[in-house]
Amino acid sequence: MERRTIFPGRAFPILLVLPQLLLTFVFFLWPAGQAIWSSMTRADPFGIRTTFVGTENFYDLFTDPLYRDSIGRTLVFCVAVSVLSMGVALLLAVCADREIRGRGWYRIMLIWPYAVAPAVAAVLWILLLHPQIGLIGRWLNRHGVPWDYKLNGLQAMSVVIGASAWKQVSYNFIFFLAGLQSIPRAVIEAARMDGAKGWFRFRTMVLPLLMPTVFFLIVVNLVYAAFDTFGTIQALTQGGPGKATETLVVKVFRDGLINLDVGGSSAQSVVLMLGVIVLTAVQFRFLSRRTDS
Amino acid sequence: MRRIDWPAHVVLLLGVALFILPLWLVLAGSTQDSAAISRGELSLIPRLSGLHVYADILSQGSPGAGPVWRMLLVSGAMALTIAIGKIVISILSAYAVTFFRFPFRMAAFWTIFITLMLPVEVRIVPTYSVMSDLGLINTFPGLTIPLIASATATLLFRQTFLVIPDELVEAARMDGAGPWRFFKDILIPVSSSNLAALFVILFVYGWNQYLWPLLVATTPQLDTIVIGIVKMIGTETQTEWNRVMATAVLALLPPVAVVILMQRWFVRGLTDGEK
Repeated sequence: MERRTIFPGRAFPILLVLPQLLLTFVFFLWPAGQAIWSSMTRADPFGIRTTFVGTENFYDLFTDPLYRDSIGRTLVFCVAVSVLSMGVALLLAVCADREIRGRGWYRIMLIWPYAVAPAVAAVLWILLLHPQIGLIGRWLNRHGVPWDYKLNGLQAMSVVIGASAWKQVSYNFIFFLAGLQSIPRAVIEAARMDGAKGWFRFRTMVLPLLMPTVFFLIVVNLVYAAFDTFGTIQALTQGGPGKATETLVVKVFRDGLINLDVGGSSAQSVVLMLGVIVLTAVQFRFLSRRTDS
Repeated sequence: MRRIDWPAHVVLLLGVALFILPLWLVLAGSTQDSAAISRGELSLIPRLSGLHVYADILSQGSPGAGPVWRMLLVSGAMALTIAIGKIVISILSAYAVTFFRFPFRMAAFWTIFITLMLPVEVRIVPTYSVMSDLGLINTFPGLTIPLIASATATLLFRQTFLVIPDELVEAARMDGAGPWRFFKDILIPVSSSNLAALFVILFVYGWNQYLWPLLVATTPQLDTIVIGIVKMIGTETQTEWNRVMATAVLALLPPVAVVILMQRWFVRGLTDGEK
């Protein structure tokens, strides 16, 4: 879409876009280019010489069982976080959309966690789940369930999934509620008159109309789970115990900044970039289709 | 009288409890004796006498972390700089690409658009080396400027500008308004609700940053409160839990307050931006 009425002048608009372009070049395109370049080079053990190795880093990456494990783990984590937070949010949104008393109050009480930092959300959950000081953690241990997410990988994974999903419920709730409210009341009323009942009405009338929101949120949630949960994981488990909660982003961080493997970490960065590009492309393809209709 | 919708109330109350319970525990925990918490004697009832912990953490640091007042200052300055900086540069560039024709206009637009696909998380190591080449490690500009480029805000402003009626632009031009007058006196007021919504979203974004400050600011002077709190629980052996909890409360209060106070604009802006 283009505007018809436009102002004359060339230097002025160029001056206006310049700051943003400059920042984009220096802090986005230049590092991204460097990532691509160093993903195809390898430094000698003393860091004196780097040689061009082509796709070797990528070959190593995908033949490394640890990396493949991390991909699988990230997928499980992302899907679990998305399903959990979207499911709970949808249920809450459906209830908040009804004409009940105290809607405004409920809404505020349900959206504030949007503002909580992922790392701070982790701290809130420590008080519940810590094996020695946590309310739930202690209760489990007292009742014969050996609970310690610092030692048990499966428990660690469920803790980071829970804390990450918890933080994202608010965001999904806001979008589901907006989606539900944009469904014309007349449609729902008509279905009610035709005798469609609760669950059936929801499944056959409301859910199809809500599908655009669902698809949009799937992409947003996958991106959130893949990238924004770094703080949560770092605060709760640092990727451990062992590698039980080491998602791809945690692995890039560990390999690049702690193990100082620049080539390997850059190759991982490039793989992640491709992942984001695919997700963004899917999202925009889908969004443009939606606005056309 | 309407019938009370019990199932809906029950579900919503459970949802509220799911969010409030951890918060309440942190509030209560912050006022209790650290040793008692470590023994597992966390009580659900706050102790008024324990409130002094807030004064303590604000004024003096704990081992491995500075005083919380400085963290709050760094976080606040960072969040404000990022929010305002992002809004300024994206409203300017959105104005340029929608209301003018200039060489490489679409190239400029797509360049900005591409940044959507390059979150910090995917380019950790190279960004760090660029930052150190520029001498920006451990500086406040280094903490904020790279996060100011934003495709999302530019796209949102562009959407708003595209639907401004041509008649309005024509009328302004007939009245002799130049591009700058038009921008200042018409565009800014027209997009004020967008500005408010974006401010909330970006303030929260800036305040909650974790990976970026972890990368570029290693000096305790530049610890944000989010970084500070993770540092505090990192020393697992003798964590002073009441201090951790009090810091957590202070870390989530400002962004939560902004969201609640500006709830209406925030919700509308967030869901509009999606379209």
